[in-house]
This record gives sequence, C-alpha cells and structure tokens, in this order.
Amino acid sequence: MSTTDFETGAAACPGCSMASVAAQHARRQADDQDETILVSLPTIHCAACINTVEQGLLALPHVKDARVNLTRKRATVHADPGTDPADIVTDVERLGYEAHLLDAATLSGDAADRAGRDLLMRLAVAGFASMNVMLLSVAVWSGAEGATRDLFHWISAAIVMPAVAFSAQPFFRNAWTALRAGHLNMDVPISLAILLALVTSLWETSLSGEHAYFDAAMALTFFLLTGRYLDHRTRSVARSAARELAALEVPKAWRVGSDGDEKVDVSTLSVGDHVRVHPGARMPVDGEIAEGTSELDRSLLTGETVPVYVEPGRPVSAGEVNLTGPLVIRATAVGRDTSLHRMADLVAIAESGRSRYTSLADKAAKLYAPGVHILSALAFVGWLLYSGDLRVALNIAAAVLIITCPCALGLAVPAVTTAASGRLFRHGLLIKNATALERLAQVDTVVFDKTGTLTAGTPVLTNLDAMPPHDLQIALALAEGSAHPLSKALALAARDAGVTPAEVIDITEVPGHGTEGTWQGRTVRLGRAAWVEGGASAQTAAWLRVGDDAPRPFLFSDRLRDGAAETVAALKQSGLRVLLMSGDSSQAVGSLAETLGIDDWTAEALPADKAARIEALHADGAKVLMVGDGLNDTAALTAAHASISPASALDAARVASDIVLLGSTLAPLPEAVRTAGRSMRRIRENFTVATWYNIIAVPLAVAGLCSPLIAALAMSASSITVSLNALRVR
Amino acid sequence: MEVLSFLIPISLFLGVVGLVAFVWTVRSNQYDDPEGDARRILSDTYDDHPAEDDPTDR
Repeated sequence: MSTTDFETGAAACPGCSMASVAAQHARRQADDQDETILVSLPTIHCAACINTVEQGLLALPHVKDARVNLTRKRATVHADPGTDPADIVTDVERLGYEAHLLDAATLSGDAADRAGRDLLMRLAVAGFASMNVMLLSVAVWSGAEGATRDLFHWISAAIVMPAVAFSAQPFFRNAWTALRAGHLNMDVPISLAILLALVTSLWETSLSGEHAYFDAAMALTFFLLTGRYLDHRTRSVARSAARELAALEVPKAWRVGSDGDEKVDVSTLSVGDHVRVHPGARMPVDGEIAEGTSELDRSLLTGETVPVYVEPGRPVSAGEVNLTGPLVIRATAVGRDTSLHRMADLVAIAESGRSRYTSLADKAAKLYAPGVHILSALAFVGWLLYSGDLRVALNIAAAVLIITCPCALGLAVPAVTTAASGRLFRHGLLIKNATALERLAQVDTVVFDKTGTLTAGTPVLTNLDAMPPHDLQIALALAEGSAHPLSKALALAARDAGVTPAEVIDITEVPGHGTEGTWQGRTVRLGRAAWVEGGASAQTAAWLRVGDDAPRPFLFSDRLRDGAAETVAALKQSGLRVLLMSGDSSQAVGSLAETLGIDDWTAEALPADKAARIEALHADGAKVLMVGDGLNDTAALTAAHASISPASALDAARVASDIVLLGSTLAPLPEAVRTAGRSMRRIRENFTVATWYNIIAVPLAVAGLCSPLIAALAMSASSITVSLNALRVR
Repeated sequence: MEVLSFLIPISLFLGVVGLVAFVWTVRSNQYDDPEGDARRILSDTYDDHPAEDDPTDR
C-alpha cells in the first residue's frame, strides 16, 4: 500500500482517534533500515490480548509498528534502528504476557509455504470443475438424451481437460519420476486412471456414446488432492513450529575485540577468538577459560544437577550454562566442530536408520499398486477376447481403474493424522515426524531421563525448618545479592516462609565461590563447601558460615516437573513398563525413582550406555519410547522406537526426537499414547472400509455393469465415510 | 431447451467468479491469521495498522 492510499483511506474514516493518526505517521516513516523484531507470545488468546500488546507496543517511542498474529501466536514489531530486541521482550512482559525472542533469520526459511499454496490453488480449481461437471452429469444420469447429452458431455470435456491439466500435475509428476526410476507408487495408478478415463470418455463422446467418466476423473482428482493437501498441512504446521522452536535460541555471542566487546553471530566466530560469556548465558563454542572463575551448569550435557566450579585453563563445551561470574573463553572449536554439533551429527547418522520404518500407508500402497494394474489389464484383455471390441474393453478397463483408484486410501491416512495431530497440538504436543504417531502407538516400554525431564531442573530448598532463624535472615540477605540458581531458590523459599533479611553490609559476589558480606562486624559467607570450609554433602548444598562458627549446609533437591508423578502412574496403569535412566549420581536417581514408584532405574549412565540399553531392550522385542531432554540423551532418543523431548531441551535433542512437548508439564504424555493408539485403529478401519467398497464395486466394474453413476457414488461415499471416521479422533 | 444456452454460461460464469475470488483471497494472504481476524472484527477499536506481509512469508 502506498502512502497516499493510506492517507485517503484514513481521511474517509470519521472515527479515527489520535492514536491512529500517530500510528499512521509512524508507519509512513517506516523504512527498510528499521529493526524487524519477531516475538513469540505463547500465552495470548483473545481480542483483548491483541489490543493490549499492540497498543502497548505502539505507545513506545521507538516502536513504529506492531502487529500480532493470533494464529501463530507471534508479534512482528518494526522499531527504530539500533533497538535492542531484548528490550521489546521486556516491554511485552511488562504488559503481562510471556514473550520470547525469535530469530528472524532462522524463520525466514519457511518462505510462504509455497508448496502448500500451490496445492490449495489446484484444489480450488479441481473443486470448481468437479462441482460444475457433477451438475452436468446429474442431468445426463436423469435421462438426458441425444444432442443434449452430447452437448453436456462436450461442455464437461471443455471444463475437465484444462482443469485436470492444471490440478492433477502433482500426480503426473510423481508418477513420471517413479516410472523413470523403474518402480510403482500410488501415483502411477492414479495418473493412469485419470488419463485413461479422459481418453475413453473423449472417444465415447465423439461417437455420441452413453458413458463418459469426466465427472469421475475430476472427482478423483479433487478427493486425492484433498488428501495431499491435508497431509502437506500437517507436516508444514509441524515443520514451522519446529523451526520456531529452533529460532528461540538466538545465536549471538559477545566477541572481545581490541576496542571493546561487540555482539556478533555465533557463525562468524573463529578459533582463537576471545568470547565473553555473561552469567546466565550458554557457551556458544567449545573453548578454554582465559579469564574469570564461575560455576557451570552442565545438566543438559551430562545430566548432573550439581554445578561445577571452573577457573582459567579449564575446558568448556558449547551448551554449558555459565552461572555466576562473567567468563572470557578462548575458542578452540567453532561451528560444526563443537562437541554440540558433533553430537548432532551422530544423531543424523542414526536417523537414517529410523527412516527404514515403513508406514502403514506405504505397506498398503506396495500391495495395492500392482494389484490395480493387473486387475484392470486382466479386465481389458478378457473383454477384448470375449467381445473383440476394443472400445468396450477400454471402457471397462477405465471403469475398473476408476473404481479401484485409491481415493479413500489416499484420504485414509492423512485425514486421521491431521485430526490426531490437531488434537495432540491442542494438548501441547507437536508431532514432528510423519510416522511418529504410528510408532508411538506400538510402544510398550517408556524410558525416562531424570534431570530436565522428570525434574524441572530448578532446585528447591529442603531443610528450611532445620535452620535457626537468624541464620536464615543472614542467608536471605546474602542470597538476594546473587543470581545463582541456588541463591534464588533459597531467597524464594525464605521469603515465602516470611523471613526478613538481616542487615548485612558490603555484600559482594565472588564468582565461582559464593557471596560474602559483613554482619554485625563479622564476615559472613554463603557459598561452596570448599570456600567456607564446610564438610561434604551427598546432596546439592550451599554452606553458610557466620564469622568463625561451624558452617551450616542448606540442602537442595531438584523439583519434580509438573505432572511427572501422575504421568508415570497413568503410564504404568495402562500397562506400559516404565524405566528411569540418568547420568546423575545413584543416590539422586534412587530417591527420585522411589518417589515416583519406578522400580527399574539406572544411574551414572553415559550417553553410550543409554543407547546401548535401549538397543538391548529392542533386541528383547520391546518397543521403547524414550523421553529425554539432554545432549546425553540424543543417541538414546534416536535409537528408540519413538521419542519425546520437552521444549526446554537443547536443540540437538529436539531435532533427534519425533515429538516435542510444548508446555512445561508432562501430563499430556499418557493422552498422546492413547490418541496414537486410537488413530491407528481409525486408520485400520478406514482401510477396511475402502477395501469393502472395492470388494463390492470391482466385480460390477469387471462385469461391465458399472455405469458412471455407480462409479461416482462408490467413490464419493467411500471418501466421505473415511473422512467422517477420521474426524472421530478429534 | 433454448434456455440452456443462457443458463449454462451463467452458471459457469458464477462458478468462475467464485474461483477467482478464492484465488484472490489466497494471494492476498487472507488466511495468514484466521483466528486473529475472527477476533479483531469484534474489537471496537479501529484497526488502523492492518497486517503487512509477514516478513517470514516472503
């Protein structure tokens, strides 16, 4: 829209408010240099949310334009050059909505979903043509004769020929590719049926014959395209959501240069660069610590919950999270060479093994495609020998092809998977892989990872009551001076218990060790055992030392993820075997297993052990569902028959798994297994329905009793039955 | 039966109008945010900054 259009449009609106004029003004100035910021808004759901977010953002001076897309739960913001995207996220959060920054570069890949739009156009043309042709055919079926029938047939031909040439192209193209490669797929009988029906119909029409299959050829194209479109849509929804998850990790890093730090793309880093990693940030590359001391959270890589102390000279791997002090690391491996990527590559290799799984639809097609050809060829030869009339024989061969054409079969699987993945998506599960539902339905054993999967990965204080009140007050004061996860957990628990902080002055954080301050003239310290000369503890602990008194430990345990207990119970109740495998210490794993009632657990498992255990289970005939989030799970996720990972998992783990859990709760899991089982039953039912239609109609066609009316009825009825049956999954 | 010579072209013409209208809606991105559009129409604030092309859709 040009600027002038916009102004005239606005002048025509009497109700324009001041705000809208301001917005237009801003819009007019919007140019290409603006910062385009994409924000994911998972919690918006109503008209009021749209208004609040848009008006709230437009009220900011640096925002030129903001538009919310409720379907994608996403906002596109145009702001002044140089605006920090993180500020926009903070602004949206201040408006009361959860917000995450999306990386526009990662998302720009899903260009317009061109293939989907293309299919939709073809579907529209096929729908238009088949409706018109059906109307004409109804006249013919109800007894039009002579010149009127010929006229109707010719009009039908004029509509159908160009419509098929446009709409059925995907089938022709696929069939041609398959034939050139020397094998048969579903598209070969489809293309053959459409073409043969058109040729015989044209021939019949030119001879003023009674039967023309224009309507059938068109309806066939329409129904099959519907199946294709549904199939495509399910996949593209999954794909774009998966890409959105990937875009959540904005790959930026702070490179230390001669004239200060600069923010650069991770992909531009090279070996030997110095990179500053702020507390709370993830290591962008593998490297070695050059400056600073801190603690690292390695739980995503190894499953350990206890943070690890690091100092200059220690190696770090990409993906570890820096907790307390700023670090400068010297990159030793970047991009594809980092340990993170090497893991991802391993997964890619293992992945090719899984694609060996043949889906139900493929199995059906393998039986079906040759059968159809043989049947119609037999009908053709039989009638040619019997009657000696090429025209009759060709007519019957076309009727057989049209009747047997896998119209219902083409819809049977996509309709069910669309309905099922829609249902699961509403429950917070994203199906990434086309055959994931089928594999999930066969699962009989569930293997869970501990850290980050069954537990939320955030610590909670366990011995608050055992602490003397004045110690708690000092600890609270010290804890509030630090952003370390243990400090935050301590502060939260103490505040909840109504503790007021003691007057501690000169609070300083000693990166990698803890916080220190002065209370009533005595030095007080809260931090690692070694730093305050505390004892050893099997549990995660922070130690408090007041002056020269003996240090006291604050003990922490990992909080259970929401719905973990219910999920494990529900899975066991539905007869599945539940296992727990973790890289954490056996005490931590054992106590969790006991809480959840899991008898079979393994601790201190290395990534390779996990994968090996799953292979062993497979060898015993079990079909394993792996639920995990860490990098140490990726090999296991790939080795398993089906796999699920939470959205909080590392990118590599999400890539490796078939299904992603979008919410923070595990509760949808049993529902997913149930839905998968139900959809498989529907698919089987659909195959049965389609087969029965064929069993009834094929003998009629072979006997030469099948009129275009019967063909149209059989085809539409079976397609509609199958679609309705699929809808029952919703 | 002469009436057919009017009726058939008319019905085909109407069908084509519908088809063209549909193609137009697809091409002008009217299915980008069906849920949002359904709710926006109920909002009484004037929508003075209509959707641009989604930058991710180009």
